[in-house]
Amino acid sequence: MELTLSNNNKITISSNSIKYSDNWKLGENIFNSVLTGSGIMIIMIVIGIFLTLILSSLPSIKQFGINFVTGTTWDPVFERFGALPFIAGTLITSFLALLISIPFSIAISILLGEYFKRGIFSGFIKSMTELLAGVPSVIFGFWGIFFLVPIVREFEKILGITAYGIGIFSSSIILAIMIIPFSASVGREVIELVPSDIKEAAYAMGATRYEVIKKIVLPYAKSGIFAGIILSLGRALGETMAVTMLIGNFNKMPTSIFAPANTMASVIANEFSESTFELYTSSLIEIGVLLFIVSTVINLIGKWVIKRMVVR
Amino acid sequence: MTETNLKIRSIKNIIFRTIIIGVALLAILPLFFIIFYVIKEGLSAINWEFISSVAKPIGESGGGILSALVGSSILIVIAVIIAIPIGISAGLYISEHSDSKLSSMIRLSVEVLQGTPSIVIGIIGYFWFVKPMGHFSALSGGIALALMMLPMIVKTAEETLRMIPFSLKEASLALGVPYYKTILKVILPAGLSGIMTGVIIGIARIAGETAPLLFTAFGNAFFSTNILKPIDSLPLLIFNYATSPYTDWHKMAWGASTVLIFFILILNITTRIIVNKWKIKY
Repeated sequence: MELTLSNNNKITISSNSIKYSDNWKLGENIFNSVLTGSGIMIIMIVIGIFLTLILSSLPSIKQFGINFVTGTTWDPVFERFGALPFIAGTLITSFLALLISIPFSIAISILLGEYFKRGIFSGFIKSMTELLAGVPSVIFGFWGIFFLVPIVREFEKILGITAYGIGIFSSSIILAIMIIPFSASVGREVIELVPSDIKEAAYAMGATRYEVIKKIVLPYAKSGIFAGIILSLGRALGETMAVTMLIGNFNKMPTSIFAPANTMASVIANEFSESTFELYTSSLIEIGVLLFIVSTVINLIGKWVIKRMVVR
Repeated sequence: MTETNLKIRSIKNIIFRTIIIGVALLAILPLFFIIFYVIKEGLSAINWEFISSVAKPIGESGGGILSALVGSSILIVIAVIIAIPIGISAGLYISEHSDSKLSSMIRLSVEVLQGTPSIVIGIIGYFWFVKPMGHFSALSGGIALALMMLPMIVKTAEETLRMIPFSLKEASLALGVPYYKTILKVILPAGLSGIMTGVIIGIARIAGETAPLLFTAFGNAFFSTNILKPIDSLPLLIFNYATSPYTDWHKMAWGASTVLIFFILILNITTRIIVNKWKIKY
């Protein structure tokens, strides 16, 4: 490129630098669109998951309507699909697991957030809980079959009820073991967030450690601990493999907490690949839709509560 | 305030402390049981033949888990190849435009994806890839695992990149380096250790995932490296063998569980080393 001035003095602008600036703009544009594209892709994936689930479950939604969630019969042979036994199974196992896990996870949170904040002992417990959180679900299930189920069976014999061993009770214990590390780590984080000046104020008034924990720490961290419990509920609801291996796969309404049953996730895991006709498949997917919506809502509520607490 | 009142309070204090320590230790106990039990049952099954040969038919003793080991590796490689570029770019986008509307939508999507039950991811893998292709495949399994891994990578990438001081970026831009080169050559390398930690944690998470593979990779009794064919994986093998009635297979499943636990343990230790050694110091 050349610019000519009046007295024939030529000013040449190196074409190299212009090319460079063109490249620069091109690189910039490509780079920005790759970043934006990846972000949009994640949004599309989530929307796609939702749409795919809804569209594939349409036949069952049309056929059964609201009766799907209130129907108690699940009978592929006569093409009658009611999901209430699985909804009940999921709710009972999850809440039972939550009930078992709450005292333990709160104890670990207080221990690590208040008594032993650092040091060998706290490091040991922390790495142990992290390790527990990393053990795959299928290994929990495997261990459950060979270690936990015989114990539960003996327990049921003592109680004088039908000794299945497998069933809601065993699944809940395994679920509880699986969610303790998670809710404990959330609990520890929120307990550490309690400002030390209000604790020190209480100590200065002569309060014992127990009184400080009971009257200052726990009330302050209440909403965060609650959020941790909510988040672990979300995990328990969607947990598949360990429960599938231990719950006994029984498609009727559960009659007691020791009876075999099926959860929403486990019925999908068991029957999806053998669902031979469209209505059967779409009924299983409708269960998946319910599971997806419930866990998403619970998850978002928990995260929102924690976020509010951290901001405060 | 009497003397006895004080005494009662201090006794209460001690009792509470004892209960907390006791209950916490009780909660750690199952972990020892699980690890101890798995390793006790599994170690005796592990030998060279176990990790270097393929499975034998039922009734014949011997045989190993080579096909599952190779299968798991292939699935993880596919997942990593897909999840890393998308995850890091999306993480970069959120950290660079942290206040934009699109960013908050991406963040929400990442949260939703992270909370999606693994079995639902399995269904999605089936409908998006297995059904159109007409058969189960390693590729569909790898993509399902990538979906599970993606949120972890986006989140750690965003968190690490946000911690990098703005002065670093300013210095590079002031030298006339184009924005995208600043990001690629200054910001990303500075955040590399954090991003790598995220990737390894992601691998540790998907290495044991079974549910997304049930309807995608499906499992394969024979040795296969074809990514368009069904493939076996360690968690699938554990699931199939554990629920089978054969004692030989249970033994192999314990061995496979031990291998898997050690693998995940090594990944966890690696992340610790990375975090401690290459901590960003600003």
